[in-house]
Amino acid sequence: MSAILSVQGLSVHFPTRQGVVRAVEDVSFDIDAGETLALVGESGSGKSTVAAAIMRIIPSPPGIIAAGRIEFEGRDLVKLPENEMRRVRGSRIAMIFQDPMMALNPVHTIGAQIVEALTLHTNLTRRQALGRAVELLELVRVPAPATRVGQYPHNLSGGMRQRVMIAMALACDPRLLIADEPTTALDVTIQAQVLELIGELKAKLGMAVLLITHDLGVVGETADRVVVMYAGRKVEEGRVEEVFRAPLHPYTRGLMRVSDFEGGTGQAMPEIPGTVPSPFEMPSGCAFSARCEVAVEACGATRPVLVVRGPARSAACLLLDEGRR
Amino acid sequence: MTAPLLEVEGVTKHYAVRGALFGEKKHVHALDDVSLSVRSRQTLAVVGESGCGKTTLARCLVRLVEPTRGTIRLAGRNLTNPSPAEKREIPRLIQIVFQDPYASLNPRRTIFQTVGDPLRLHQAATRSQRREKVASLLASVGIGPQLMDRLPHELSGGQRQRIAISRALAVGPQVIVCDEPVSALDVSVQAQVINLLKRLQAEHGMSYVFITHDLRLVRSLADTVAVMYLGQIVELAEIGDFKARIKHPYSQALFSATPQAARAGAGKPKRIVLSGDVPSPIDPPSGCRFHTRCPYVQSICRESEPALRPIGTRLVRCHFADQAGFPPEPAANSPFPLGEGDR
Repeated sequence: MSAILSVQGLSVHFPTRQGVVRAVEDVSFDIDAGETLALVGESGSGKSTVAAAIMRIIPSPPGIIAAGRIEFEGRDLVKLPENEMRRVRGSRIAMIFQDPMMALNPVHTIGAQIVEALTLHTNLTRRQALGRAVELLELVRVPAPATRVGQYPHNLSGGMRQRVMIAMALACDPRLLIADEPTTALDVTIQAQVLELIGELKAKLGMAVLLITHDLGVVGETADRVVVMYAGRKVEEGRVEEVFRAPLHPYTRGLMRVSDFEGGTGQAMPEIPGTVPSPFEMPSGCAFSARCEVAVEACGATRPVLVVRGPARSAACLLLDEGRR
Repeated sequence: MTAPLLEVEGVTKHYAVRGALFGEKKHVHALDDVSLSVRSRQTLAVVGESGCGKTTLARCLVRLVEPTRGTIRLAGRNLTNPSPAEKREIPRLIQIVFQDPYASLNPRRTIFQTVGDPLRLHQAATRSQRREKVASLLASVGIGPQLMDRLPHELSGGQRQRIAISRALAVGPQVIVCDEPVSALDVSVQAQVINLLKRLQAEHGMSYVFITHDLRLVRSLADTVAVMYLGQIVELAEIGDFKARIKHPYSQALFSATPQAARAGAGKPKRIVLSGDVPSPIDPPSGCRFHTRCPYVQSICRESEPALRPIGTRLVRCHFADQAGFPPEPAANSPFPLGEGDR
């Protein structure tokens, strides 16, 4: 299967007065059609910046795509002129955000907002577009869609708003859906509904999904492959089952131990000591070395390169073999 | 068994809302007849979704909100109707750590001022001792004295939450209410803060009322679990009983909905996906409040409201809780599988 999106050597920099923040540095990955790739990392790991770079919505200044290619349907999105990018954005690639209240316009009905997306990218008339909007709301299982199209975002619950945003994203039948923390703002029972919905729609419409999340539980239950990011770099990649069964990078191992912890009140939770280094004080070696339980002296000085271990399986750690126990 | 340290009895909080003009006056049923107790050195986890009343309960406990009805007693003192002397004393007994450490610290006050304020207000330390006392409080939460004169914006989220915890500790309270204290933090930092809370409890012997929606935290912290739905407790159990078997269909759905990393590759997760949203607390459903979303609903559930009644050693608010094998096990990979021992 050929990749629908191929990101190669992507670097996104934010030059500031205190120095250049390398939010994303030399990140590469592919997504196949019909596949869900999860981009996992904590705050500051650069995962959302990758998504914004693909959509070309990084404000410039301050941000610049310093290097790399983003190939989508045979074109390099990095070099695409803005007017052509506008035809891709929202139509071929759609995006849903963490907070649907922020992403929806409070003074327009949800019908009007879906119709706007449709009339911008298709030849439908307003009347046809409104009919399609009702169909889309039905697709994302919003109850009473014919009534809901006339309502405003504040009339809806958080879960409903997220469904509306998904409906809007699907309006033009995108090949790639970027979901940036789509369920973080929702309650767990509603989160379960939305994750099921995204999975079903992916299967039904055959689109690829780039899922950005910090929650390994969500990754484990929805993604096919996973890319783990730390301090702007890719530290590990692989099929979800493999990464979860035998994580290669000490950071991934630490995250897994925290997520899988099943001990009781008497036991301490496994923790990763310390915090992510400041973007202005990145060590010259491995960015994780200061927090790493297996780090040796060389880790602070030498930056590890990605070592390929099998098909679509790689990790960046100097101690790839010693570290495994 | 020792007498409970904190006793909550029949606490109800209704907020009046403006209805239609000349319409009848309506109320948000934020809390309805909540009773529970916490023993010394124990942790009670309060679990539920947004709108279930868990934060209102937390606020009632620290007197940020005056309950409509009911009493809260702490170490023999009445928190709901205190005398002026008691009013001054209460903050020394019970403190709170809020969810968002970016909002709960005054951005214009230094760490020393923030942590030193409770000491000053409650005359717990003289002026000259204060700096030393603050330094030792900060040391106990793993913050070095060099950060004492910094402002909150210079610190990370995990550091700020440690500051908030040290502020709560300052007056040596017997109970600390923790309202989702780690949900705003990154996963790798969450465990650090949880372990800190556990260590502080072992050292100082205070009780926690821990408000959360995170299953892992319930397992690793709680001695007792209270599951809330639409302002009511639906299940109240010791953690061992709860781990062995969940008896209320809502508790079961809530915990089965939490995605788990360990389930990767185990095929489609067998979770119970509840349909619909939480109903409005202004007009809670008749009968059992959970009947609109319950997968096992019967006609009796729509008509009569189940009481919170004892089933074995726990309390459950469900008409069918006394039936053996109810609710049916959703899956072998349920987060609380049948028959797991308490450890």
